[in-house]
Amino acid sequence: MSGAVKASAFADALHAEWTKLRTLAGTAWLLAAAVVLTVGLSAVSAATVTCDGAGCGEDPAKVGLLGVLAGQAVVAVLAVLAVGEEYGTGMIRVTFAAMPRREAVLAAKAAVVAAVTAAAGVLAVAASALVALALEPGNGFTAGHGYGHLASAATLRAAFGSVLYLVLVALLGVGVTALLRDSAAAVGTVLGLLYLFPILAQVISNPDWHRHTMQLAPMQAGLDVQSTIGLAGQPLSPWQGLGVLALWAFGALGLGGLTLRLRDA
Amino acid sequence: MAGRDGFGQLVHAEWTKLRTVRGWVAGLVLAAILTVALGMLGPLGSKIACDHVGDAPTHSCHISGPPQDATGQEVDDQSTFVHRTLTGDGTVTARLTGFDGKYSPDGGGPADPGNPTAGLIDGLQPWSKAGILIKDGTTAGSAYAAVLASGSHGIRMQYDYTHDTAGPAVSVTAAEPRWLRLTRAGDTLTGFSSTDGTTWTQIGTAHLANLPKSVQVGVFTASPDFAVVKNSFGGSSTNTGPTLATGTFDQIAVTGDSTGDWTVPAIGSAAAADGGPGALQGPEAVAGAVSNAGAGADAADGFTVTGTGDIAPSAPGEGAGKTPESSLAGTFGGLIAVIVVAALSMTSEYRRGLIRTSLAASPRRGRLLAAKAVVLGGVSFVVGLVAAAIAVPAVRAVDHSKRMYVYYASTQAEIRMVVGTALLLAVAAVFALAIATIVRRGAAAVAAVIVAVVLPYILAVASVLPAGAAEWLARVTPAAAFAVQQTVTAWPQVKASYTPTNGYFPLSPWLGLAVLGLWAAVAYAFAHRQLCRRDV
Repeated sequence: MSGAVKASAFADALHAEWTKLRTLAGTAWLLAAAVVLTVGLSAVSAATVTCDGAGCGEDPAKVGLLGVLAGQAVVAVLAVLAVGEEYGTGMIRVTFAAMPRREAVLAAKAAVVAAVTAAAGVLAVAASALVALALEPGNGFTAGHGYGHLASAATLRAAFGSVLYLVLVALLGVGVTALLRDSAAAVGTVLGLLYLFPILAQVISNPDWHRHTMQLAPMQAGLDVQSTIGLAGQPLSPWQGLGVLALWAFGALGLGGLTLRLRDA
Repeated sequence: MAGRDGFGQLVHAEWTKLRTVRGWVAGLVLAAILTVALGMLGPLGSKIACDHVGDAPTHSCHISGPPQDATGQEVDDQSTFVHRTLTGDGTVTARLTGFDGKYSPDGGGPADPGNPTAGLIDGLQPWSKAGILIKDGTTAGSAYAAVLASGSHGIRMQYDYTHDTAGPAVSVTAAEPRWLRLTRAGDTLTGFSSTDGTTWTQIGTAHLANLPKSVQVGVFTASPDFAVVKNSFGGSSTNTGPTLATGTFDQIAVTGDSTGDWTVPAIGSAAAADGGPGALQGPEAVAGAVSNAGAGADAADGFTVTGTGDIAPSAPGEGAGKTPESSLAGTFGGLIAVIVVAALSMTSEYRRGLIRTSLAASPRRGRLLAAKAVVLGGVSFVVGLVAAAIAVPAVRAVDHSKRMYVYYASTQAEIRMVVGTALLLAVAAVFALAIATIVRRGAAAVAAVIVAVVLPYILAVASVLPAGAAEWLARVTPAAAFAVQQTVTAWPQVKASYTPTNGYFPLSPWLGLAVLGLWAAVAYAFAHRQLCRRDV
């Protein structure tokens, strides 16, 4: 009985969070922007990056899904606002009064944000992949240059992994915002975590440190899931890389949940 | 008068707001700490091969890099130089009757150890050089002036590595030989070329202040490496191959006080000087000079000179050393913190409803925005200046302690790098303030500005896009502003990979910063209009 009550309480929390997110003015715009930015940048990349011969070193999946680099920023904003706006307006006190189990509130928020991100991610990644599959063979990604049929199992894994990547970035955003309670600071932190590592990796010349940086960096490690060529040479295998990002995301969520419980709203 | 007092009060009020919010002060301090600490990460994680052989430290390493000229600029100074001593004023004349070369299109070492030129195909490099040279001895990096024919850039006069003056744009062949002449009068050296040896065209003059009375004069040949740069996902690879150039000279004449024999580098002497095991296998094994008429013949019969290497400024290459601007890699961390504080300084007023009070106190709304811009821009400038002024020497100290070689930058370039970083933060803060005023949402404003400034940099520099697209990004997006940190020079007379990936921005430092300034100005103008026109 009590289990059923708990389950229905979480369903109520999910429903409440879904209503809040659905009716926020920005949500639809942000989801649309995430899709447009992802597909746009992917298309530019697929149209401009060429493979000039056998062993040119370009990864058709990374080239065709490059837009995820831009789309993730919008996804992060969406996730941060889903939590941060409630703190901004003070609404969070009402929420916690209605729903005293704060971890459940955070879990419901995370679930709803993950769901809408996954929906937008499927749309964005599928469209990017189709554009890439249409454009890339004309840019030298041909059997003659060592690329088989581009629509392979590895490409499917890269596409599916990219959707998961966006979902994990959203969860990272939810967790960091729960920790920081301020939208602007949270967005700065999340984007800093994502974008700073690749720049730092550029100036680290020690191969060991460079490798560790790439293994630790949420964006670099997570995007390993897009690799379809040269897997032996990359710091982590595709799923290991996504696992590193998952550790970041669920670590942030866990810390966020813990601080929610421990401190005043 | 009252107006000016009013604005001063507004600035003071904004300054008070800024310094009394603990989180914002913490953010600005964090900006400075991130700028310095993230910059340190690079050298702290680095070790250079010379103090480790395999995994074992050798403790026998010196900070070394390429040879340097008198100003400290790194240079390449390797050629085959047939020379004799000239004391005081004089003239050197020679006719170049043939100029051709060989190169390895695949890069790498020789195909056949027994045959140094196996696998090489015929062809000159664009900056292969053959000509006459007046030089302060044969020490690497010493002062010189040269008149030379190049592979595909015509006749030139070059001196002291960084100076290059174009002469007639012709190619020298056996059918169309060219006379070259250099005259010395005190510190002034003048270069000429001629088609017939009687009518001379002046190319340029050089003033070499520290040239000694006795110099080495003669004919030389050099040929820089052939390099193909390939950009691929996550980095670029360079395919480099050795090259050779052979110049045939006759009618060599020196006027002035010049006696004694010609010093003719023996075939293979470049490899011998290098001393490296296996060096004899490469094209250096065939570099050297022979007299056209056999041993001991008169110089008027000329020399056939085969050379490799280059006499030119050296561009920082992969792994050879660090560029000075790499000490400011932490700027991105500081930039993000400053953007957050700048955006918050506006959006938090909206969030708390304080904006109504602020605008009631200052009904001329544009002035409120101006006051905020002055305070944020000023504070960000100071934060950036302090952070960069600490980061540059601190990171360099770590670099040196790790025995990393840091490339030369003039004091002027270093000051520009530090002040430019401070201005970059200041302009970015105003940009973030303007965007925050337009969108009134902290998270959206912060994300928009970070994506506008940092993402194009990642795409252009640390990522994947082909060179054309990368240069376009580094020209028109706010990321163009990072050109202000560039200290390395793209030399027109040196062929290298001058792409954003290698730290070369398409715009000049101040022009690049101006691009960000333009973005900020447009955003500010729009923010001003919105603030004045709409209800709070």
